[in-house]
Amino acid sequence: MASNITKETTKSRRHSMITIHARTRTHQSSISKDDVSRALCLSFFKTLIDNEVTVELKNDIQIRGTLKSVDQYLNIKLDDIQVLEELKYPHLSSVKNVFIRGSVVRYVHLPHSAVDVTLLEDATRREAANQAAKAK
Amino acid sequence: MADVEDSAAAGSVAEPLDLVRLLLDEVVFVKLRGDRELKGRLHAYDSHMNLVLGEVLETIYVVDDDENDEEIRTITKKSEMLFVRGDSVVLVSPHNSS
Repeated sequence: MASNITKETTKSRRHSMITIHARTRTHQSSISKDDVSRALCLSFFKTLIDNEVTVELKNDIQIRGTLKSVDQYLNIKLDDIQVLEELKYPHLSSVKNVFIRGSVVRYVHLPHSAVDVTLLEDATRREAANQAAKAK
Repeated sequence: MADVEDSAAAGSVAEPLDLVRLLLDEVVFVKLRGDRELKGRLHAYDSHMNLVLGEVLETIYVVDDDENDEEIRTITKKSEMLFVRGDSVVLVSPHNSS
């Protein structure tokens, strides 16, 4: 009798494990789909790593620094930063490295030399075709 | 699916973002939140309307509240290459030089 119960519970537990596993799998696949839609900008920024960029925030603060890393949300890590118009924005005068939440970014000013324009346009067309295919 | 790829290759317009695709490598006018406008060559965009523009001229409209009369002042800035986060974008339109 007791062994019967344990068998039952292990069975149901195994079953729930399977459903959880299935759920995580579908969850992962939805994330990876999203990754594809973010991939263009993300991979574009990855090509700019170690370049000097100026990030302009939505509160008008401009931070110049070396681009160290980017993630799927376009959060940005900058090294050796320096705030433009330091007299107006003295808050960060002693800060060396920053992590910037992607959502507060307005612009990222880039060096023209670091961008391959034709490659970027081709990648954009490919991305547009992918998106259209996915929508169908 | 093949239809869509064909239409993408042929440059036909099936959805709003296809209009933006036709503007790639053209000079565009972009209106942004916060009374800002950009003019520049469109090099990239995605479904969030994140943009990459080249040879950009930014115009900011500022209301000067000197004493009684309010005057609208414009500030212009140039940038050789600019990434614009999509959540600030209001509209993208072809720029007619006239």
